[in-house]
Amino acid sequence: MNKPILSVTDLHKSFGPQHVLKGISLDVQAGERIAIIGGSGSGKSTFLRCINFMEMPSQGRIALDGHSLGSVKQTRAGETRVNYAERELCQVRARVGMVFQQFNLFPHMTVLENVMEGLVTVKRAAKTEAREVALSQLTKVGLSNRLDAYPSQLSGGQQQRVAIARALAMEPEIILFDEPTSSLDPELVGEVLRSIRVLADEGRTMLLVTHELGFAYHFATKVIFLADGVFHEVGTPEEVLKEPKQQKTKEFLRRFNEFAF
Amino acid sequence: MVRVGGTLVNYIWDFSAVFSHADLLILGLRNTVLLAIVSIAIGLAVGLALAALLLCQYRVPRYAALAFVEFYRSTPPIVHFFWFYFALPVLFNIEMSPFAAAVLALSTQSSAFYAEVFRGGILSIERGQREAGSALGMTKAQAMRRVVLPQAVARMIAPLVERSFELTKTTALASTLAFADLLYQAMMINSETFRPLEVYTLVALMYLILLTFASALARIGERRAARWR
Amino acid sequence: MDYQFDFSVVTQNFGALLQGLLVTAELWVICAAGGATLGVCIALARLSPRRWLSLPSLVYVQLFRNTPVLIQLIWFYYAFPIVVGQQLTPFVAVVLGLGLNTSAYCAEIFRGGIISLTRGQWEGAKAIGMSQSMALRRVIMPQVFRRMLPALTNRVIEVGKMSSLASVLSVPELMYQGRLLSSTFYRPFEVITTLAIIYFLLIFPSGLFSRWLEVRMARGK
Repeated sequence: MNKPILSVTDLHKSFGPQHVLKGISLDVQAGERIAIIGGSGSGKSTFLRCINFMEMPSQGRIALDGHSLGSVKQTRAGETRVNYAERELCQVRARVGMVFQQFNLFPHMTVLENVMEGLVTVKRAAKTEAREVALSQLTKVGLSNRLDAYPSQLSGGQQQRVAIARALAMEPEIILFDEPTSSLDPELVGEVLRSIRVLADEGRTMLLVTHELGFAYHFATKVIFLADGVFHEVGTPEEVLKEPKQQKTKEFLRRFNEFAF
Repeated sequence: MVRVGGTLVNYIWDFSAVFSHADLLILGLRNTVLLAIVSIAIGLAVGLALAALLLCQYRVPRYAALAFVEFYRSTPPIVHFFWFYFALPVLFNIEMSPFAAAVLALSTQSSAFYAEVFRGGILSIERGQREAGSALGMTKAQAMRRVVLPQAVARMIAPLVERSFELTKTTALASTLAFADLLYQAMMINSETFRPLEVYTLVALMYLILLTFASALARIGERRAARWR
Repeated sequence: MDYQFDFSVVTQNFGALLQGLLVTAELWVICAAGGATLGVCIALARLSPRRWLSLPSLVYVQLFRNTPVLIQLIWFYYAFPIVVGQQLTPFVAVVLGLGLNTSAYCAEIFRGGIISLTRGQWEGAKAIGMSQSMALRRVIMPQVFRRMLPALTNRVIEVGKMSSLASVLSVPELMYQGRLLSSTFYRPFEVITTLAIIYFLLIFPSGLFSRWLEVRMARGK
């Protein structure tokens, strides 16, 4: 096995008294595509959001390219705490892309400006260079004809494709998708999934939290079923989605497929 | 003399006496506008500082700013005018001009309201916007400057304008300190011409025109600030 | 700062301030209740399809909202008597000025509340077989009321603050009594500071109540 580009060790996350993630470990190899499924409230989104520190992990370590992030400090009570410097977090986030459920495009910027923003502000790229990169990413998601539109003038599917281009423009080593189609009208889901598929064909490393089990089956190299804050079942799409071994996974899939045909 | 006892039907309007004092009214208008602009400028600056304190993560400055804001929001402006003009000078044994007292009263009170607008505007931007910024690798300051503030400012403009209109109307209280604003000049003209109906109606209309004109300007600004909507 | 504080002027004349407080309360209640009631009528006129009703009420609202309230009080005391041919007492002039001013603001609140309701609410009521008036009573009005309540309480608080302007016309309310004390005993600092504190104690709790209502209403209770 190669060295993993992302490695999560014993990750815990609590919100007040609520213990959402209860010790999760995961190694991600370059080129892997991991689909994370599970019921609502199972902590799938929280897990994803801990990876790029949108949420701060309560416990555990995250390593990117073999480098452990944060520095360990001993508190006076003898416990260990991991401290993160803002600069380090910013650098990590610039290397890990994220696509949100609610798109979160910047409404005061045009499509082109949205995609250029990270390059110009964070990577300090020249405007002309940023524009070129943004153009090519927008072409890839099929929106090179809407460069000067504002997000409010686009459909949900188009907005999400812009958001994908915005994440891609940063040349991230890993892309995190947090339920990217959950707030879309059903007829718009396809165009977004197609854009994600194009990235898969390019061999990018991706983590996808989703309810689209069919897409997960065709897209992922690995599927994780998360329930009650732990990984209940991990395996190939075939193993987890077609022949689950755990009772909980079976129940989840049965509920999901109740009205399938 | 005033003809109390007649009705409007047989009242003969006569603006000539009032118009012969037009120079006084124009001076009053100038003073009103000057008072409003100076107080708005100072109020905005102080309000911005207050908002920074209100959003500060430390408890002591936050509560201090909150107490200031709550006090000024919960007391009538005329009390502030009198306090700054009569009470403060006694306390520190200083001279206070009516203009300075009026500016102090207006700008401190409006700064409390402005601060709330600033704070509300920034807090009204959805968390996802800040997150999208930091997910791209922006620092907190960058996300604030590039993502939150441009949107927040657009949302603040309308309430800031409304507040400034309130302030402009409140400048009329400066007349109680004998500051030669529009209302005070009207009182002076009235005491000379005994034409209260003409004088006060005319001055009310002047305020109406002033505010309508300003609101037209504000609406243009508002539209330009948020062309993306 | 070597100023000698002496609050005895306040403590010894507290009765005078209390008398003023009573007049303030009187003004507050009359102008708020009268203004809100008249405001409903003006809002309905404003929403009427008949132009001879909607246009004058628009002018009325704009006039009162775009001129200083102090001028309105002065106008009603000095100029309005000429219109009606009848001298007014300062108290009546203040009630007229403040009450009408409040009615204009309330009208806008009512109007906003009524037009903000979505068509879906009417349709939802009709879909379960409600008549027009039943829908208005059971579905529309409770929501309109809930939506307007915070703005309305804010307006009532404004009336309390504006009542202090009556002192300019020598209505013996709190502010006027204070001004009298202050100039009689020449203790402006003590008296005016006390006035500020009394007003704060009156208005701050009302503001808290209004915000509490707002939160409660927003939760849909």
